[in-house]
Amino acid sequence: MNPREITTDVTEIKRPRRWHILVFLLPALVVYTAVMILPLFETLRQSFYNTVDGQLTFVGLGNFKVLFGDPRWAADFWNALKNNFVFFLIHMAVQNPIGIALAAMLSVPKLRFGAFYRTAIFLPTLLSFVIVGFIWKLILSPIWGVAPYLLDTVGLRSLFGPWLGKPDTALIAVSLISVWQYIGIPMMLIYAALLNIPDEVTEAAELDGVTGWSQFWKIKLPLILPAIGIVSILTFVGNFNAFDLIYTVQGALAGPDKSTDILGTLLYRTFFGFQLQLGDRSMGATIAAIMFLIILAGVALYLFGIQRRMRRYQF
Amino acid sequence: MSKTRASLMRMGAVHAALIAYTLVALFPVFLTIVNSFKSRNAIFREPLAIPTPETFSLIGYETVLKQGDFIGYFQNSIIVTVVSIALVLLFGAMAAFALSEYRFRGNTLMGLYLALGIMIPIRLGTVAILQGMVATGLVNTLTALILVYTAQGLPLAVFILSEFMRTVSDDLKNAGRIDGLSEYAIFLRLVLPLIRPAMATVAVFTMIPIWNDLWFPLILAPAEATKTVTLGSQIFIGQFVTNWNAVLSALSLAIFPVLVLYVIFSRQLIRGITAGAVK
Repeated sequence: MNPREITTDVTEIKRPRRWHILVFLLPALVVYTAVMILPLFETLRQSFYNTVDGQLTFVGLGNFKVLFGDPRWAADFWNALKNNFVFFLIHMAVQNPIGIALAAMLSVPKLRFGAFYRTAIFLPTLLSFVIVGFIWKLILSPIWGVAPYLLDTVGLRSLFGPWLGKPDTALIAVSLISVWQYIGIPMMLIYAALLNIPDEVTEAAELDGVTGWSQFWKIKLPLILPAIGIVSILTFVGNFNAFDLIYTVQGALAGPDKSTDILGTLLYRTFFGFQLQLGDRSMGATIAAIMFLIILAGVALYLFGIQRRMRRYQF
Repeated sequence: MSKTRASLMRMGAVHAALIAYTLVALFPVFLTIVNSFKSRNAIFREPLAIPTPETFSLIGYETVLKQGDFIGYFQNSIIVTVVSIALVLLFGAMAAFALSEYRFRGNTLMGLYLALGIMIPIRLGTVAILQGMVATGLVNTLTALILVYTAQGLPLAVFILSEFMRTVSDDLKNAGRIDGLSEYAIFLRLVLPLIRPAMATVAVFTMIPIWNDLWFPLILAPAEATKTVTLGSQIFIGQFVTNWNAVLSALSLAIFPVLVLYVIFSRQLIRGITAGAVK
């Protein structure tokens, strides 16, 4: 949208030019377009270009072919993509059910200390990844011994291992740290949705003898489905551009042996370079384009596939 | 009688579960802060003990303050966060006012265009953002970060604020017009004061990701003079990995401002989320 069009439209209706509309819109529009939208499209455009004989040339889908099939790139890319899906699935399977359970407990009527629980459980969400990453690195470290000690007190000492250091457990460990940090968001959104259910509905259910557990499953859960949908799409978008936590816990190489590499860390290494690897702008743009398409597909699926079919209840 | 006992049991179970999870949420933070005040030996010998007069030590904090320029990092973070929030609120409120107050062709389209950024993360444009910042000579300046964070915060701000502005009564604004107030005066003097609660909510939502961001400081402004607290502590901790006193103290220092802000704003934040986020 070009703001100038708007003012000409207005004059067509023979009214004085309403310059103030333009003045109100312009600053936001300029910053947003110049710093966000144009760079996004420029990045997408650059994914079709690469340096051939020292010259930037249009290569069509060449970069994507290299990324999907070239032995130097494909292994890393598919690995990061697979890890990213695992990362997302762990969030969906652990973070959201626990978030819903916490919200359901917080919304129990006449609960005492509710505000305290809410505040405490939401706190980790506000901490920066740097803090969260290092705290958990220290706790899980076999040198310090806090985690083995705690497991010992419940008699599960034998289960302990250097989880962050082993390729087959590192991704799960990092995902669970991220779950610990972000559980506050589903909890709050679903708590809000539960509060919005009118008392008449729950009272009617109670008169019909539907209480407690079955009331939650049969009455409340269907009513908060839209909120669960929003939580899921927020989790999806957040997970597919995650970077910070992996970077602070496992470094840019997303070790051990790239077992925690996701698209965000791959993008960083590719585009910016790391240690011996030189930064490659075109391939970086290509990975960003893939991330864009994945996120766009997820958002579109949510908007047209899920949100439209969801029944809205009017009270 | 048995019914009240059953409900008491249920209440007890709910409290037990919530207390258990609260411990999980707070334990790591507690552990870090407690150990940052202990001597090196005590950290390793008894990680879970509260500091006693014998084990109390501030050596970690001394190292942090001597080695890292944390005051400079804090200054940078505060400048970037405050200026970005101010710009997001001002520009966002202006655009929200235009969208909710006036009917003009392209209004809906403009609203959708500005809402795009709620779902699409600005990070995906990093390749071209860096090029743009290099071309304009803004690399390693706080201005670069402020511009990026303003653009990042605007979509949600416009969305939330225009929802709120629709609830401001038309009669009030028309009365202002009859009294000869200009459109700018109506915005500044009538509408802005009325949506202050919504502005506070937006401010909190905007602040958290800016203060905590690592990606853009790492890429756009990694120079010593422009490091933010998040990047500064990341690098400091990386260098002092084996000095646990220093690491734990640096972490505690980084937690502190978030805790203070949270205590100040937590009511606003929770009210904001429960008021209008899910409808």
